[in-house]
Amino acid sequence: MSLLEVRHLVKHFPVRGGVLNRVVGHVHAVNDVSFDVRKGETLGIVGESGCGKSTLGKMLIRLIEPTSGTITYEGQDITALSHSQMMPLRRTMQIIFQDPYSSLNPRLTVRSLLKEAIAFHRIVARNEMDDYITELIRRVGLRADAADKFPHEFSGGQRQRIGIARALATKPEFIVADEPVSALDVSIQAQVLNLLMDLKDEFGLTLVFISHDLKVIQHFCDRVMVMYLGHAVETLPCLELDEQVRHPYSKALLGANPIDDPDQRRPLTILQGDVPSPFHMPAGCPFIGRCPDVIDRCRAEMPPIVEREPGHRVACWVANEDVAEPAAPAKSLG
Amino acid sequence: MIQAGQPHSEPILSVRHLTTRFRTDLGLVTAVDDVSFDIHAGETVGIVGESGCGKTVTSKSIMRLLPERVSRIDPASKIMFRGMNLATASESRMRSVRGDQIAMIFQEPMTSLNPVFRIGWQIEEALKYHTDLNRAQRRQRSIEMLRLVEIPNPERRISEYPHQLSGGMRQRVMIAIALCCEPDILIADEPTTALDVTIQAQILNLMEGLKRKLNTAIMLITHNLGVVAQVCDRVLVMYAGRVIESGTVHDIFHRPQHPYTQALLESIPKRGRREHGKRLPTIPGIVPSLHHLPAGCRFAERCRFRQDQCVDHEPELLETSDGRAYRCFFPITQAPMAPTIGGSDVPA
Ligand SMILES: Nc1ncnc2c1ncn2[C@@H]1O[C@H](COP(=O)(O)OP(=O)(O)OP(=O)(O)O)[C@@H](O)[C@H]1O
Ligand SMILES: Nc1ncnc2c1ncn2[C@@H]1O[C@H](COP(=O)(O)OP(=O)(O)OP(=O)(O)O)[C@@H](O)[C@H]1O
Ligand code: SF4
Ligand SMILES: [Mg+2]
Ligand SMILES: [Mg+2]
Repeated sequence: MSLLEVRHLVKHFPVRGGVLNRVVGHVHAVNDVSFDVRKGETLGIVGESGCGKSTLGKMLIRLIEPTSGTITYEGQDITALSHSQMMPLRRTMQIIFQDPYSSLNPRLTVRSLLKEAIAFHRIVARNEMDDYITELIRRVGLRADAADKFPHEFSGGQRQRIGIARALATKPEFIVADEPVSALDVSIQAQVLNLLMDLKDEFGLTLVFISHDLKVIQHFCDRVMVMYLGHAVETLPCLELDEQVRHPYSKALLGANPIDDPDQRRPLTILQGDVPSPFHMPAGCPFIGRCPDVIDRCRAEMPPIVEREPGHRVACWVANEDVAEPAAPAKSLG
Repeated sequence: MIQAGQPHSEPILSVRHLTTRFRTDLGLVTAVDDVSFDIHAGETVGIVGESGCGKTVTSKSIMRLLPERVSRIDPASKIMFRGMNLATASESRMRSVRGDQIAMIFQEPMTSLNPVFRIGWQIEEALKYHTDLNRAQRRQRSIEMLRLVEIPNPERRISEYPHQLSGGMRQRVMIAIALCCEPDILIADEPTTALDVTIQAQILNLMEGLKRKLNTAIMLITHNLGVVAQVCDRVLVMYAGRVIESGTVHDIFHRPQHPYTQALLESIPKRGRREHGKRLPTIPGIVPSLHHLPAGCRFAERCRFRQDQCVDHEPELLETSDGRAYRCFFPITQAPMAPTIGGSDVPA
């Protein structure tokens, strides 16, 4: 069963300019993205910097209001909920922020930071608070004395663990993890990934895991959704990534990934052409400006999303040439 | 013997016994402890190590960018650059070195870009300081720099504020600023952390190009061992403020001597079906607090090869004749090193 159903989600940010500070255009951060996340599943989202991953992640828990589209959580359309109706879900749906530097209030100790969320959602009784915090801190692999320190006293990796502890503090069921391990070195990354894996098992967590590291996504996630310029261009099971990948951008992602062995140095795939601007969405396929396989049709028309095989969806004219007629958009996106 | 240590050329930067302390509420801590290394022109030296081990403090010590109120570089430290000891150079001297001869890309792009100024202004300020370009030229150059780091619509982005850019774009703005004046040494602190791999590949290419064109020396701090394997000539592994191993990238990856280096390499997620969703090998325990450093080896508590000796005494950094060094009583291979270091297995 799908815990989360996202349909035609769109986010356009207004851009202001000129002396009157009028809206002069829009950044098309997320464009008509649809997907499902099953209970207990981990969906990876990978894509270019600025392609809209964080915007999408924040919309999922309504930290950003979508321009249009719907988000259904456990059968309930949460895009229609008022602020107060959303409150109970604020506990269940959490986020680990991308930037461990700016997402922690510098004036609060770790203890007060955690206390805030725990007290607000009444997670434990007042007299159990300190034990609960101690346990949380231990669970994310920090020293007990971390509780009474301020964010600036920690290194980047340690701060990311504080971010995880804060997200876990309310005992959530669904977590958007926005680049939770990008700021970490590999040994801590392994610990944090193991930690998330354990928490997933222990609490049946469902995760949307945003990362630019395909290797981490391949290892950690069940399925991966590749985004480009606000569009979901390919979705497939992680285990099929190496053999089945079809979209030229996904292929470039694989080819640009350096291998962890100095004897296997290779020229990394460098995409030519201009990075498109979300201000001026190209007509046709969002990838035309950099695509090595581009044909005329790509420039004229937006490629439809085709479900090539159950669970493998691709939006590309060339990659889908072997599929006769684009099927109607699938009902279930699981 | 092209890359490995380049023994015949003078290093452009020579760091000796760098020791940096912080005053904290809990007392004095030594964040960087007796660190020594060289960087040669045209060479890329990688610095890796667990979060908090002192990589950023090392680079900020070189740039003398640490808060003076709470930090202090030990007077015995030497940071030799073009005949100057940066450890004791005056602030006005440092101002002409910073950005002009040694540039740094910071780990936290959001806090190092000024949120209240448009990004174009920030690049132009750097150009104003370090070049003779006039106003119109600076604007033009800023746009070119943004285009060089693949920021779309640079003409428009130039009048935006940092918060309007994505994390990756902010990082590329930082890189553009660092490259403005074609430095001798580029210190890049996690320059590609916030970027996806296709942009990372471009940035690595950009840095390679700079290195080839201007013989820039690069000090690359990263936790991405794939990036290290791809671009570094030599690698320094740090742990709890100490250098615990250094050597050519080939030695470090294929013949690590220190148990920490070995464990670090093992914790990289491996690709492929068999490994999918498996727990990753990790290093048990955590880095010792700088307030309570052990008397013996700083890694001992977590080391699978620990003996009594390791707990009681700290091993010295042992330099071997082939240009590598490690700080361990029981290195992984006691066997004599294969005589190929810096030789045929190093691609040009
Ligand atoms: N508040 C905002 N106002 C205007 N534009 C915005 C705002 N937030 C994000 N954007 C724009 O929306 C686009 C998507 O940004 P987003 O942060 O979601 O990207 P991302 O995929 O998370 O990138 P990164 O990998 O660099 O974190 C970018 O072009 C960004 O500049
Ligand atoms: N201003 C400061 N006051 C007190 N201690 C500090 C200060 N800045 C850094 N430290 C301490 O110095 C040590 C080294 O920090 P540094 O930032 O160099 O780590 P790092 O190796 O760059 O880690 P990361 O990979 O997380 O960036 C850490 O233990 C940190 O807590
Ligand atoms: S000195 Fe001992 S404890 Fe330290 S790394 Fe070597 S074997 Fe392990
Ligand atoms: Mg983001
Ligand atoms: Mg650092």
